[in-house]
Amino acid sequence: MQILVNNEPRETQVHTLTDLLRELGLEAAVVATAVNGSFVPVGRRPTVELQEADRVEVLAPMQGG
Amino acid sequence: MLEVYGTRIGSRLFLGTAQYPSPAILARAVEAAGAEVVTVSLRRESGAERAGQGFWSIIRELGVRVLPNTAGCYSAREAVTTAEMARELFGTPWIKLEVIGNHDTLQPDPFELVEAARILCAEGFEVFPYITEDLIVAERLLDAGCRVLMPWGAPIGSGRGLANPYALRTLRARFPEVPMVVDAGIGLPSHATQAMELGYDAVLLNTAVAKAGDPVRMAEAFRRAVEAGRLGFESDPMDARDMAAPSTPVLGTAFLA
Repeated sequence: MQILVNNEPRETQVHTLTDLLRELGLEAAVVATAVNGSFVPVGRRPTVELQEADRVEVLAPMQGG
Repeated sequence: MLEVYGTRIGSRLFLGTAQYPSPAILARAVEAAGAEVVTVSLRRESGAERAGQGFWSIIRELGVRVLPNTAGCYSAREAVTTAEMARELFGTPWIKLEVIGNHDTLQPDPFELVEAARILCAEGFEVFPYITEDLIVAERLLDAGCRVLMPWGAPIGSGRGLANPYALRTLRARFPEVPMVVDAGIGLPSHATQAMELGYDAVLLNTAVAKAGDPVRMAEAFRRAVEAGRLGFESDPMDARDMAAPSTPVLGTAFLA
């Protein structure tokens, strides 16, 4: 299936958000996630099944004013 | 001492963490400023660069409190989701709520802002809303549950200082008990002093330090400026008057004509 990860198209066979983070090499990183504009807490990542055309955001700490 | 949402803070200078020449200079600037609160943000992380991971370890080593922002959000929905992600990421209920209405002026959108504040306060966030000097917006935000307000000095990154001191004085007088932080538009140490002399509880700035030729010395300058302004405010300044009045006693002046 194709999904959008941080607005980049990505072809993937993963099932859950946890699987996707592992595929991205971010399973141990300090990141927060959202799917289709809604926050997904870390505890819910294993149970969120990704669907075709889902929009996934993976955000990390960054400089800010 | 300044107290916001039940937390006592020793420094009245809040510092942004963006645009410094290097992470090392950022760290030294935070130290020179004596800042105990720094603002941070969230951005997309890539598996390859992992820029956010390095930044986060630098901030943790500083041992300061972080105030995450919702910079770049244009709607209440975006801001709420960003705040929820920030709370998990940074482990704090504090959120600098920024909902921008126009990408040229970076002026806050009061309608979306109040809506986002209402949702976030209900979710248990401790909201620091970025606003103009508008008295009614301030009132609505307090009704929504905000216990701190952050009016702008001038547009973000403009460095123009306090564009409307009259409005800031009015806002301060209207809500004397609410902790208020002048956020944005500060360019010079004297601007920060002026905000503190008006009775504001703290100032938040970023570009004025980060983009100075010597950010570390400028951070030190702002530390002193904020302390001077606060001390001046607490010392009950004299009233200005239109006419001259001799400061040296006239009594006993020699007659030498």
